[in-house]
Amino acid sequence: MLFVPGISPGMIQNAGILGADSIIFDLEDSVPYDEKDAARILVRNALQSLDYGSCERMIRINSTDYTDWQLDIRESIKSMPDAYVIPKTENETMILEVERVIDESDRDTTFIDIIPLIENARGVECCDKILNSSSRIRTVLFGAEDYATDIGATRTKEGIEIAYARSRIVNAAAAAGIEAIDTPFVDVEDIDGLKKDSITARNMGFKGKALISPKHCMIVKNVFTPSLEEVENALRIIAATKQAKQQGKGAIRVDGKMIDAPIVKRALDILKKANIDGDFYE
Amino acid sequence: MEISMNKVVGSLKEAIRLSGLKDGMTVSFHHHLRNGDCVINLVMDAIAEYGLKDITIAPSSIFPVHAPIIEHMKSSVITHIDTDYISGPVGEAVSSGILEKPVMLRTHGGRPRAILEGSLHIDVAFIAAPTSDDMGNINGVNGPSACGSLGYAMPDALKADKVIAVTDTLVPYPNTPISITQSNVDYVVEVSSIGESSGIVSGTTQITTDPVGNIIARKAADVIEISGLMKEGMSFQTGAGGASLATAMYVKEKMINKKISGSFGLGGITEFFVNMLQIGLFKTLIDVQCFDIAAVKSLRENPNHIEVSSSFYANPSAKSCTVDKLDVVVLGAMEIDTSFNVNVLTNSNGIIMGGSGGHSDAACGAKLTVIVANLLRSRLPTVVDSVITKVTPGHTVDVLVTEIGIAVNPKQAELKKRLFDAGLPAVEIEYLKEKAERIAGKAEKVTFTEDTVAIVEYRDGTIIDRVFKPFENGQ
Amino acid sequence: MILNHSSKAGSLESNDLLVLLTPLKAGNGIQIEINSIVKKQFGNRIMDITREVINSMNIKDIKVIIQDRGALDCTIKARLETAIKRGIGEVNK
Repeated sequence: MLFVPGISPGMIQNAGILGADSIIFDLEDSVPYDEKDAARILVRNALQSLDYGSCERMIRINSTDYTDWQLDIRESIKSMPDAYVIPKTENETMILEVERVIDESDRDTTFIDIIPLIENARGVECCDKILNSSSRIRTVLFGAEDYATDIGATRTKEGIEIAYARSRIVNAAAAAGIEAIDTPFVDVEDIDGLKKDSITARNMGFKGKALISPKHCMIVKNVFTPSLEEVENALRIIAATKQAKQQGKGAIRVDGKMIDAPIVKRALDILKKANIDGDFYE
Repeated sequence: MEISMNKVVGSLKEAIRLSGLKDGMTVSFHHHLRNGDCVINLVMDAIAEYGLKDITIAPSSIFPVHAPIIEHMKSSVITHIDTDYISGPVGEAVSSGILEKPVMLRTHGGRPRAILEGSLHIDVAFIAAPTSDDMGNINGVNGPSACGSLGYAMPDALKADKVIAVTDTLVPYPNTPISITQSNVDYVVEVSSIGESSGIVSGTTQITTDPVGNIIARKAADVIEISGLMKEGMSFQTGAGGASLATAMYVKEKMINKKISGSFGLGGITEFFVNMLQIGLFKTLIDVQCFDIAAVKSLRENPNHIEVSSSFYANPSAKSCTVDKLDVVVLGAMEIDTSFNVNVLTNSNGIIMGGSGGHSDAACGAKLTVIVANLLRSRLPTVVDSVITKVTPGHTVDVLVTEIGIAVNPKQAELKKRLFDAGLPAVEIEYLKEKAERIAGKAEKVTFTEDTVAIVEYRDGTIIDRVFKPFENGQ
Repeated sequence: MILNHSSKAGSLESNDLLVLLTPLKAGNGIQIEINSIVKKQFGNRIMDITREVINSMNIKDIKVIIQDRGALDCTIKARLETAIKRGIGEVNK
């Protein structure tokens, strides 16, 4: 999920070809106060006129304590974005307010998602309630920079100071049946650091990572896309499971390991991430 | 009896007098000092002061630093230009019709052809010499204005009636190494400076930081790999532009991963290629021009980095030339049309801002010619119905890589199939043109008068196109 | 609608445009000056879009100066709309 500043026409018009799955057109932190009106209109127009191919188009509105935050939604809803990202989400009330404004529109807004961006201590504390507050929520985003400032921690590349928040959010997301996306890696030039951080995020259970630089797209994609080996392994597991079912066998082994339900589910997840139809077994 | 051979002459004006230069004659220069060159301006000022008129200048390229010669064009000191590339104010001046006679635009391979066969006759060649001895043994690798290879000066040295070395660093005899030999040099003139070193290694050699350019470069490297040419012994050339060089970066990565090494790198040599030579990804660098200090140093110190003449590089009439041994070349384009013809000469307003240089030559010789270009540049489409000026013919161009998609020349069916099988399907070039129009809107065409300001000669001597003077605003 | 004060929007970045608006006394009509790096190719189109936007917002007397750096139609319309809204209402706080 690539953040694109809402004040730059050059970046906005090229966003679709940079290799990201989703583009978050930003009206918040990357837009100076006196340009927020301009960004709102620029982003609305771009989403109405330009073709972003298969990229999901999302908008990060200003936080609900900003006077004109509702305008961010009202102006842009005509262009039918795929989701609104809500910064500094710290309770369900904010989500419900956002939903109310979305519902006011006379368009069919059924497929517009709400993505809470959890980036402070209160948000982490309430993440369970937040993630279950609306059926429009299918993804949650974690923002480590603001979070670390909020709890008074020092931000490091290794990320020990955000380990709790990351785990808590992944846990809440899993419990709510939604996907968690990890915080962007802010050192644009440190490609090795980005790789390590992405692998950590993936291992912790995040399904993807937000980005602030197009340079990071390919690397993050590679980390979160299963490798050929992982895919082949998953296909073997599914095939063996199908065969066992047909033969009426119970427990099965693949490569010497016991295959039980969680392992089958993991294999199906891998195939789904790799966009392969696993010929699901029931 | 002692025959005194004193070639060293006190001033440029004296050298001009001794050379027998008269009104109507042709003088030539090389462009290895690029945008740091002082010699063309110095010589033309001296020629003007000497009182000569109606001179044809034949520099291998012209850069923005040469803007002062516009005054000589206005006053008819210069009445004709014969060159391979013009950038900057001189190009704008030519497009405005300042000269009566149309400029002759050739390629880097066509120029030595014309010189050696006699159709471009040079009366006096002024060779900027980073170092020279008193007999005119010249090299480009030493001295404060070192520029590296002197490949474009070599045909001039061989065929011009008179050859004058212009140097700022006179060294004791014999100068070594020797690129231009004393056997061809008539006079040597010392001046305070032949060039400004920061300008010598100027301009186009930065790898692009533009994220769109990077996407294109990555795709282009994939295309090269899928073509099957990325194998042990591959030979490779890139243009000087950002996206071309970025493609080289991704090609290098793939070569390292596949553990293959190439045979030779050709060009236009930059630090990047020097690095590839040093880590064993090339066995040899064949150098007709150095673009930066690292290339100059490598030419000086590495026996596997060799200097060649422009004729060796790309002359189609020579018994053979290197571009014909090239596997892959990555080049840019100002415009490319639906027949894959490429324009690198005029911009979208029809003003001269470049020229083939080695573009047509490399495209013709290489097994695979890859054009990398943004589909839109500041709202202007790169893919058009018909290029304003045809420089490199479509039948020598194999594939176009843009950020929106890849288009393959229909005659490359095998490549098209390979791309499809590899999951990187090509699109029709018409689709790219239409897509550009849909994004940016349909551009109105620039209109031209009937005045020819330049004739475009293809490398084999045939005329491939003409450049016309555009109408002024509002007409 | 009337422009209450001068306003501007946009920038001189590549693919953007700078729009400068000045209100004129009633009867002076719409005066448009366009400078663009792609004037030959899109000058007329930019003019058409500018007129369209001004007319759609019902403004009768205004001076528009545009410095365009290759902006797409959607950006031109966005900057014009922003500048007009700024010129009509309170400046964005």
